[in-house]
Amino acid sequence: MTTTATGAAAYAPDRGETGLQEQRARAAFWFLAPMLLMLFFVAAWPLLRSIWFSFTDTTLNNLYGGEWAGFQNYLTWRELPSGRIRWGGTLADPAWWNAVYNTVRFAVISVGLETLFGLLIALMLNAEFKGRGIVRAAILIPWAIPTIVSARMWGWMLNDQFGIINHMLLSVGLIDSPIAWTARADTAMIAVIVVDVWKTTPFMALLILAGLQMIPRDMYESARIDGIHPVRVFFRVTLPLLKPAIMVAVIFRLLDALRIFDLIYVLTPNSSATKTMSIVARENMIDFNRFAYGSAQSTLLFAIIFLFVTLYIWLGRVDLTGEGRR
Amino acid sequence: MANIQLRNVTKSYGAAHVIKGVDLDIRRGEFMVFVGPSGCGKSTLLRLISGLETITSGDLLFDGQRVNNVLPSKRGIAMVFQSYALYPHMTVYDNMAFGMKLAGSSRAEQDARVRKAARMLQIEHLLDRLPKQLSGGQRQRVAIGRAITRDPRVFLFDEPLSNLDAALRVATRLEIAKLHHEMSDVTMIYVTHDQVEAMTLADRICVLRDGRVEQVGTPTELYERPGNIFVAGFIGSPKMNFLRGRFAAEHACHTLGVRSEHIDVVAEGEGPWTGRVVHTEDLGSDNYLFVDLGAEEPVIVRQPGKVAIHEGAVVTLRPKAGMLHRFDEDGLPVQRPLAAE
Repeated sequence: MTTTATGAAAYAPDRGETGLQEQRARAAFWFLAPMLLMLFFVAAWPLLRSIWFSFTDTTLNNLYGGEWAGFQNYLTWRELPSGRIRWGGTLADPAWWNAVYNTVRFAVISVGLETLFGLLIALMLNAEFKGRGIVRAAILIPWAIPTIVSARMWGWMLNDQFGIINHMLLSVGLIDSPIAWTARADTAMIAVIVVDVWKTTPFMALLILAGLQMIPRDMYESARIDGIHPVRVFFRVTLPLLKPAIMVAVIFRLLDALRIFDLIYVLTPNSSATKTMSIVARENMIDFNRFAYGSAQSTLLFAIIFLFVTLYIWLGRVDLTGEGRR
Repeated sequence: MANIQLRNVTKSYGAAHVIKGVDLDIRRGEFMVFVGPSGCGKSTLLRLISGLETITSGDLLFDGQRVNNVLPSKRGIAMVFQSYALYPHMTVYDNMAFGMKLAGSSRAEQDARVRKAARMLQIEHLLDRLPKQLSGGQRQRVAIGRAITRDPRVFLFDEPLSNLDAALRVATRLEIAKLHHEMSDVTMIYVTHDQVEAMTLADRICVLRDGRVEQVGTPTELYERPGNIFVAGFIGSPKMNFLRGRFAAEHACHTLGVRSEHIDVVAEGEGPWTGRVVHTEDLGSDNYLFVDLGAEEPVIVRQPGKVAIHEGAVVTLRPKAGMLHRFDEDGLPVQRPLAAE
């Protein structure tokens, strides 16, 4: 025994093991490298570039000729001979703040509704019934249709002259005359939210369903033996256990909703009731040839999303540990 | 606290018949173990008794009353699940009090019951922890404690030890045996695929195969007088040796069964069987010899203590008189006595 012990000690595999560790780290790096490279080119570089543009006076016809302009695109002020101060820049632009308001309102309402409906649908799909597989696949269809297509489709359905929705509402007597849903300032946002909810609830439902299926069945059986009412089981067991899944799903959707562009661009173009930050930024950059100004708005959009997500994760975490300690 | 009777109970899922007519009496305060290979229907049978699954046909009686359509929560049962089924977001205390809390019992009573159960299982110091902060054995105790707080008439265990490592399994087995003594008026039904658990815990064992009861009896009965060749092979470790052909013919049966501890190694010429040792297993306390007699499989012979017989040795074997099990073509015991005896 002694001889084998010393034999093993003499083998001293220390160096060999660190070598292996290094090899693994190196292999991991090479596996990650293509991704990092791609992320740099498609995410980091454009982001940094547009932040740079926002501090210059670049225009669309002269992308490389911009010169440093400081915070001019964000906020400027000039004292008029009359003594009044005149503010300029995005941060003093009412159109911008209208867009911020629209975006946040849209994001909160649509993500809220999607979470609620997604949860309901997920609970239904989690139950055992015949044809569950088909229903699960069918429910994905709205999510699978490209946004442009579904926006066009809904555009037709909501059309004031020929739209089926007006037709249906008229024939059951809910409205007296056709409504131009997408054109009227007071209904445009509703139309956008309806379409977005229709389109992305399936995504929410599937993410929540995945979370639901992670909950062991015997947790419910134990509650059944305890004779706990299903509604209470839902609020005391299902919902707390589902919370992490819902949190992740909400953050995905919130990110998406805050930079909403395509749906609104197609469904309600040029309606100040639905113009979001992305729409306004693009408008300035491309349509109005104020490239640097639009870049400043893009940068602000990025900052706002960053703030929202950070806040959400931070608050979510605090909440979680609070629950954990009951 | 309850007699449980099953009368021709069946369970089918569509065309799949899982339980094929089970008749069984479980006595008040008894520790009954359902044992059998996987897929034999033992867990399903337990779930039928618990009410988590509905009975397809037949009757289930608790103290003479038909409970087929009684809700699980109204049957006076408590169940310990294989995966513990603890709520991960609640402390041990809340896990144990959860059922009572929602049933509307007073705070003082909840507290008293939780503390009593915790004391029984020595988990009082864990009450403020979350399940994820506990070891597997501690979690299993909490699951048992939660079941105790329900103050059940019938205690159901669904393979409660199978997620534990070997050492913990033995320790927890002892705990459960102790619990049975302390709660002697509570009927306990325990499902396992491990015949050692069955042998050590049970007052009576019910051996199941393919949705049917093979035999019901005390561990000793099952060990000494197996009702058929399946039970003979399933109960006991190592498995009973089965010999066919000429070995069986000598004893006027189709299959001859003999347990490893009922075979002696004797001097040449003093026993009927001779063969070469093809493998040995030294367990410290015992030595298993695998002897090739020219039968389908090597015969396992258990030798207590250290034995100086090595692989390759040729040995003569003699089965102990009166310890032979004889089975006919259908696997049933041969009743008529041997002419030679």
